[in-house]
Amino acid sequence: MKIVLNGEAREVAATDLAGLLGECGFSGRVATSLNEGFVPAGLRAAQTLADGDRVEVVAPMQGG
Amino acid sequence: MGKSFYGVELPNPLMLGTAQYPSPAILEEAFRASGAGVATVSLRREGAGGAGQTFWQMIADLGVHVLPNTAGCHTVKEAVTTAHMAREVFDTKWIKLELIGHTDSLQPDVFQLVEAARILSEDGFEVFPYTTEDLIVGERLLEAGCEVLMPWGAPIGSGRGLNNIYALRAMRAEFPDVPLVVDAGIGLPSHAAAAMELGFDAVLLNTAVAKAGDPVAMAKAMMAAVEAGQMACDADPIEARDMAEASTPVIGKAFLS
Repeated sequence: MKIVLNGEAREVAATDLAGLLGECGFSGRVATSLNEGFVPAGLRAAQTLADGDRVEVVAPMQGG
Repeated sequence: MGKSFYGVELPNPLMLGTAQYPSPAILEEAFRASGAGVATVSLRREGAGGAGQTFWQMIADLGVHVLPNTAGCHTVKEAVTTAHMAREVFDTKWIKLELIGHTDSLQPDVFQLVEAARILSEDGFEVFPYTTEDLIVGERLLEAGCEVLMPWGAPIGSGRGLNNIYALRAMRAEFPDVPLVVDAGIGLPSHAAAAMELGFDAVLLNTAVAKAGDPVAMAKAMMAAVEAGQMACDADPIEARDMAEASTPVIGKAFLS
């Protein structure tokens, strides 16, 4: 299905958020949102994806 | 001594940002050389290379308190969602709440700030609100559940120092028991010392160190400044006066004219 991952259109095989992270090579400390809503790590496997979903994956970065 | 921040006693009054350093090695050295006890951090989109993980490991190894921010957020919803993501990633209840209202000055949108602070406080966050020096806003933030206030000294990254010393002094007087931090606008150690001399409990800065020609030396200078300012405040400084008052005793001066 087609989703938007961190602002870029992607064709993915995964059908849930946890699967998407694995498929796209994300690991370690990341946080996720789906269609602008926070999805806690514990709920990623149960969070199914649909065509057109917008997913954000963020990680620790420098900040002031 | 400064006050505790949500029950945490800090080793010193310097909170240091982690952005804009020439290299990760210089960032790390700035922290180690200065001894700053709090590091501000952010969340950004993770790239394929996992840059965030490398950064996180370095920060974790510093052994400092981590204060994640909501930098760049312009709406309550955005800031609240960012705060939730930060709590999970950094494993802390602390959040430096930034709600930006004006593009050029990055002035906080204090109306949204109060609303977001209430939502997050009710959800168990320990909010460090980046605010203006407005006393009523400060009061509203405390009512919303904040136990710390962080008024700006000057616009972020401007290096102008304390734009409104009168208002900052009024804030200190109005909220004697609340930990107060001057956040943003510091350019020189003298600015940081001045904030501490006013009785503030800490200073949060980033650009003044990161963009200095020698960030490590500047970090040390900032630490010396905040510690000197804090010591001076504790020592009860004299009041300024307009006219001279001789310090050498007049009595006993020989009659020679």
